[in-house]
Amino acid sequence: MEIEKLEHIATAVRRDIVRMVAAVNSGHPGGSLGCTDLLVALYFDIMRLKRDADGTPVFEMDGRDEDLFFLSNGHISPVFYSALARAGYFPVSELATFRKLDSRLQGHPTTAEHLPGIRIASGSLGQGLSVASGAAYAKKLNGDDKHVYVLMGDGEQQEGQVWEAAQFAPNKKLGNLTAIIDLNHAQIDGSTDNVNDNRDLAAKYRAFGWYVDEMNGNDIADVVKTLRKSQENPDVPTMILMRTQMGFGVDYMMVGHKWHGIAPNAEQLTQALNQLPLTVGYSDY
Amino acid sequence: MKKYEYTDKKDTRSGFGAGIAELGKTHPNVVALTADLAGSLKLETFIKEYPERFIQCGIAEANMIGVSAGLTIGGKIPFATTFANFATGRVYDQIRQSVAYSNKNVKICASHAGVTLGEDGATHQILEDLGMMKMLPNMTVINPCDYNQTKAATIAIADHEGPVYLRFGRPVIPVFTPADQKFEIGKAWTVNEGKDVSIFCTGHLVWEAIKAGEILSEEGIEADIINIHTIKPLDEEAILASVKKTGCAVSAEEHMLNGGLGDSVAQVLARHFPAPLEYVGVHDTFGESGTPDQLMKKYGLTADKIVEQVKKAMARKS
Repeated sequence: MEIEKLEHIATAVRRDIVRMVAAVNSGHPGGSLGCTDLLVALYFDIMRLKRDADGTPVFEMDGRDEDLFFLSNGHISPVFYSALARAGYFPVSELATFRKLDSRLQGHPTTAEHLPGIRIASGSLGQGLSVASGAAYAKKLNGDDKHVYVLMGDGEQQEGQVWEAAQFAPNKKLGNLTAIIDLNHAQIDGSTDNVNDNRDLAAKYRAFGWYVDEMNGNDIADVVKTLRKSQENPDVPTMILMRTQMGFGVDYMMVGHKWHGIAPNAEQLTQALNQLPLTVGYSDY
Repeated sequence: MKKYEYTDKKDTRSGFGAGIAELGKTHPNVVALTADLAGSLKLETFIKEYPERFIQCGIAEANMIGVSAGLTIGGKIPFATTFANFATGRVYDQIRQSVAYSNKNVKICASHAGVTLGEDGATHQILEDLGMMKMLPNMTVINPCDYNQTKAATIAIADHEGPVYLRFGRPVIPVFTPADQKFEIGKAWTVNEGKDVSIFCTGHLVWEAIKAGEILSEEGIEADIINIHTIKPLDEEAILASVKKTGCAVSAEEHMLNGGLGDSVAQVLARHFPAPLEYVGVHDTFGESGTPDQLMKKYGLTADKIVEQVKKAMARKS
């Protein structure tokens, strides 16, 4: 898809995110806005998805012969839900039910409500890289040549299980796996550098046997280019350090870690939406 | 008392090994994983016959659980194996989120449960695993009693869609159930019919319950011995039918009383048919080093203890 068109979709997704969290006065806008360009690039350009004759994605839990995406840092569910809805997995109007009683759009993603597009629950951090490794392993056993993507947070790198999986994937030659770390240097309690410094993630993953790449996560053209390249390593998994800005697109949210997990009030919402003008042909949920 | 004889003694973990080797043949989607305990889990035959379907995870149990959850996406039926301690307590949150809440078709197969793993001592002797696993929604919990039952259960869970915790052990014990049995998940097995007391037993305590039944029989007490191999879903119907007949009960398990089979039985009785219930199990304490027999004796997991508790329960009958 043309980069300009992807950017228009990204703006619509960012509007969804701020409106969703504002509506229930809870949720995680910061990381969601920072990772919007990645999810739009994946679902609208990179991933080879199973579709019906009209081009609408068809959801099957086992995901045979299609690319898969796992969200390990489940708290950025608003961007995941918006990208899935706008890609056609479920009605965009359902975004209005986010975090409400009896909704399929739980605070953190879950399979329990059978929302199309979700293949694993996430929220308790550190588990997604293992799950994605298992899914990539199954693809190899099945002779399925499609690819598996997983997104983690940089604060999440403090979880021990991440490093169990980091050791596993290269040893099992999971070249069909691309992991992305949202490198925004922010977590709830402050800067990742201060809370518990990750130090040199590139050197760590290289030492574990990964092909390490990096990209500007808030430049869709760079995201698309880098993700494409990651599919070209038949026996080595790829780890992409994705530089992003928490809250990208809303100026007052692009300050440190403050907007990790709080929602804008009515006035702030208006301010945010003014900074995210919809392109003709797109509409809010 | 019905007569139970055995010609052979085997460990239940070998029943698991034999079961998964058979599944290798019949179920092409079955995959075996381990965290550096392939030998202890008796996976040798499976590995030899189906090397491409064996995944060695190394000493990284949390990752093994996550990888197992991922393998189900793609239609695999992963059997994740390690010691019971590392298969539950160490990875509770991984099981909770990636397996139980996500309702993935993962079979967690745990050996060396309880005190009977012996000399390794309390760090390895988990007595809380049944409780932890039965509290998880979507989880089926099975604790078979001998080699044949463990083998049959291993084969049965492959055809059950959903998360399963299968618990077995290390000691060599009598093989007294039939080799050709069909294992029905959630369906209790009547070991002996009696009218005086119900004994609800599971795992290694089933053989002890049979020995207790023989002792009681000589004293003129006929015990209704029911093997609850499936801790969850619990066969409430079988429990109630038995206690309605006998009027009192004893539970027997190699597990902590808090959270064990006895707790589950108590809940059923309290709700539907209050009756005296006594327990055989471990009382709020960790284990220690020793031989399996010494430990069973010290922690009161014997036929004699069951007999003692039966008498207490019967004395409380009004």
